[in-house]
Amino acid sequence: MSYLPYAVAAWLFLVGLYGVISSRNLVHLIICVGVIQSSSYVLLLAIGYRTGAAAPIFVDIPVGTPAVDPVVQALMLTDVVVEVTVVALLLALAIQVHKRHGTLNPDELRKLKG
Amino acid sequence: MTRRIRLKFFLVSAAALALCFFWGYAGLPAFGHGSSIYADIVNAISVPQRHITDAVTAVNFDIRGFDTLGEEFILFTSVLGVILLMRRTKDEPAGDHEDKAPGRKVPPVSDAVRVIALLLLAPTIVFGWYIVVHGQVTPGGGFQGGVILSSAPLLLYLCGSYPKVRGAAAPRLIEIAEALGAAGYIVIGGACVALGGMFLENLLPLGKAGTLTSGGMVPFINLGVGLEVSGGFTLILLVYLEELMEEKES
Amino acid sequence: MIVFQAFILLFVAAGGTAVVFTRDATSQAIVVSFYGLLLGIMFFVFQAPDVALSQIVVGAMALPLMIMLALARIRKQNRKRQQ
Repeated sequence: MSYLPYAVAAWLFLVGLYGVISSRNLVHLIICVGVIQSSSYVLLLAIGYRTGAAAPIFVDIPVGTPAVDPVVQALMLTDVVVEVTVVALLLALAIQVHKRHGTLNPDELRKLKG
Repeated sequence: MTRRIRLKFFLVSAAALALCFFWGYAGLPAFGHGSSIYADIVNAISVPQRHITDAVTAVNFDIRGFDTLGEEFILFTSVLGVILLMRRTKDEPAGDHEDKAPGRKVPPVSDAVRVIALLLLAPTIVFGWYIVVHGQVTPGGGFQGGVILSSAPLLLYLCGSYPKVRGAAAPRLIEIAEALGAAGYIVIGGACVALGGMFLENLLPLGKAGTLTSGGMVPFINLGVGLEVSGGFTLILLVYLEELMEEKES
Repeated sequence: MIVFQAFILLFVAAGGTAVVFTRDATSQAIVVSFYGLLLGIMFFVFQAPDVALSQIVVGAMALPLMIMLALARIRKQNRKRQQ
């Protein structure tokens, strides 16, 4: 158990990378990039966790209770929301590619010129 | 190289990458025994010094507010990029009012969907603002509340009438709101410099921890970020929908 | 609690694999929505309620929406091309 989250993070990264490399559809490729990003969330979460600690919200618990790391949570929070906007930008790029070349297959796109 | 050679090459390099991962993980502390001194300090000073009960919001908007400014502008730039990429060029004619397959009538939206969407519309907006405003007390803040707020035009669209969406969420107003939210962050920081402090230094009175007015400048920054995120997501939604349902040129 | 954490991590790994191996983009949007919910539950179990709120709202609502809208636009472009 002590190394399971790290193993899951590595597995998600490699599976996402395999999806990017072996993809036949640009939209599928963009979603696999999202899977790679979620592997970084698992890794950050695993680094910040303390066994038996509570969430770092001190509204109803006294100030001295052991809590998990709030800094890595702050990193992940903005990243989750910003990632979706970047995926929207990538999808807009994919739509424009499809409009110009008529295909969404990365292998065929490589052969087209100009 | 052909596809099969590419995949075999990937498997070899993935094995090498996995070995690098395991070698790197061997240097980390075991899961559950992380010992970050910065985290301990932030947890200890969040309520006594900064009067904010949500330590994550304290890190995001007060202690490391400058980094959140950068993240917010990543969002702003991506929305700008989507709008620029999806603009209609001169050689595209205006399409049908509804997106339909040729030869098939569009089925009307069922009444159950319309009733539920209309019932959920007002609670969604109220809940979104509740999450935005309570960022410094309980889990929440500008980012989460902004995304919840941007789902309200989507509910309106599910009722089946795109012109009503354009009427209720006029693009000009949304653009102004988004720009105000993004600029507001910088104006707040600049006001701190003008008053003699550092950029984004918390100069307002800090208030009582656990109330809505705690944290000094954090409520205003939360409002700005909430406006900006909700405006950005609504603009993306409108741009994508408009490409599907272009209005009839009269 | 430890058992639940191990379970949710294994589900997340399986969910990520399922997202990659679903080749059809339309079905992948639904699988991504479910994967977002699994990630949200994982954040909750690891004592991160702020991030769980973000992830549930974004991963179950905003991300599949963008994918569906992009796919609808691509279908429309295909139809225009065939005419």
